[in-house]
Amino acid sequence: MLARRIIPCLDVKDGRVVKGVSFVNLRDAGDPVEIAKAYDAQGADELTFLDITASHEKRGIIIDVVKRTSEQVFMPLTVGGGIKSIDDIRALLKAGCDKVSINTSAVYDPRFIKAAAERFGSQCIVVAIDAKRTVPVPDAGRARQITEVSEKLPWVQDDEFRSLFFQGVDKNGLHWEVFTHGGRQPKYIDAVAWAVKMEELGAGEILLTSMDQDGQKTGYDIELTRAVSDAVSIPVIASGGVGNLDHIYEGLTEGRADAALAASIFHYKEYTIKEAKEYLKERGVPVRL
Amino acid sequence: MIAIIDYGMGNLRSVQKGFEKVGHKAGVTSDRQKILDADKVVLPGVGAFADCMNNLDRLGLADTVRKVIASGRPFMGICLGLQLLFEEGEEFGVHKGLGILKGRVVRFPAELPGNNEQIYKIPHMGWNRIKIRNRPPHLKGVEDGGFFYFVHSYYVVPQDGSIAATTTEYGLEFVSSVWKDNIFAAQFHPEKSQEQGLKILKAFGEIE
Repeated sequence: MLARRIIPCLDVKDGRVVKGVSFVNLRDAGDPVEIAKAYDAQGADELTFLDITASHEKRGIIIDVVKRTSEQVFMPLTVGGGIKSIDDIRALLKAGCDKVSINTSAVYDPRFIKAAAERFGSQCIVVAIDAKRTVPVPDAGRARQITEVSEKLPWVQDDEFRSLFFQGVDKNGLHWEVFTHGGRQPKYIDAVAWAVKMEELGAGEILLTSMDQDGQKTGYDIELTRAVSDAVSIPVIASGGVGNLDHIYEGLTEGRADAALAASIFHYKEYTIKEAKEYLKERGVPVRL
Repeated sequence: MIAIIDYGMGNLRSVQKGFEKVGHKAGVTSDRQKILDADKVVLPGVGAFADCMNNLDRLGLADTVRKVIASGRPFMGICLGLQLLFEEGEEFGVHKGLGILKGRVVRFPAELPGNNEQIYKIPHMGWNRIKIRNRPPHLKGVEDGGFFYFVHSYYVVPQDGSIAATTTEYGLEFVSSVWKDNIFAAQFHPEKSQEQGLKILKAFGEIE
């Protein structure tokens, strides 16, 4: 039986891990390679680096981090952040990463996902979706929003993509919208419909982050996770909001996610990966121990 | 020296670094002569079946692989490097493979009998167990029932079931590695399977 995956995520800026990581016995707790090794030893199933380096000129730094990591750690490695072109993807894969996670570039040009999947295979194209609950505006306002957003996203005028806008609301009259720029910029796109579209264009996996829950430590947005997991047939990684091990359990059971991504509960050593897996195993969730 | 065939598909660095980690020299190359001169050869690969086969053909490497295997030297295929050994694959239409092993490469059925505990998504992505059917020297020290990393939507169906070295359960039982004469080829990724995987790379390097 396929094991559910536990994936620690490291935010890397200019080659250094930025959020606090409090492992003991690390020579350098800011070095992504040292931390990757520590998670490897704990039995992490995969590792994700989110490159938050602001300038595109400094992309070489993350390539070097990937190269050094792939010499030491033999598990799947995903890199996200600032990936804009086929060349960016090629450089990362060549350095030793297995999957790339694409967020903003997919929103600005959905066909980029198709081109990337055709070139490198769906298995290495992860689409990251940042979703947030919003109150939908009435029909007239919607038309205005589409006009507004089409200035930056010309593709929204294509018939193929029209259905992505405002598909419906949940029982509280809310729906999930795709945001970019760390949850600051709404794109008026329905997050569930977007996930389905990304699968259709060739994404091999969805990394789904609730911007409402991110950093709250009160658990994943289970409804969102469930809605996306049920809508697509590719694996879904739940992200945003883990504060304890029960949250991971909920995401993988009620939320039906295939994998759980978490950052702070592992970085601050509240729990080890092994403890998380033991907790899940006791409750009947298949994990690799 | 172990030659890792570079035909423009996927992450080859991890394969090379994996061998180096366990003390074997390995080089990534698309040079036909270097591949023919190597003691051992690895055909890795991720991506689409037809693309990979086209790339192999375009670089003149399809014949090189056939020659290496015919010469009796130890040969290892990984992921698509397993699938390409068979006669044909049905990914994006039916395409011819190298035809070195008899059998086909087929897609997981869209509707595998899932339940609340396990929904069978495609690709089959993540860690799954292998059941050892016929232990080759390549699996020296590898635990029966151990976890390996998989990422694929298609699997091989050998005509001769006895070449199955391991099988894996994912809605159905499929052949997750084969062993025939000097060929060992796995659907899973030893270079991404931590300790268990490195054992296979080590054992391959030690084969006489």
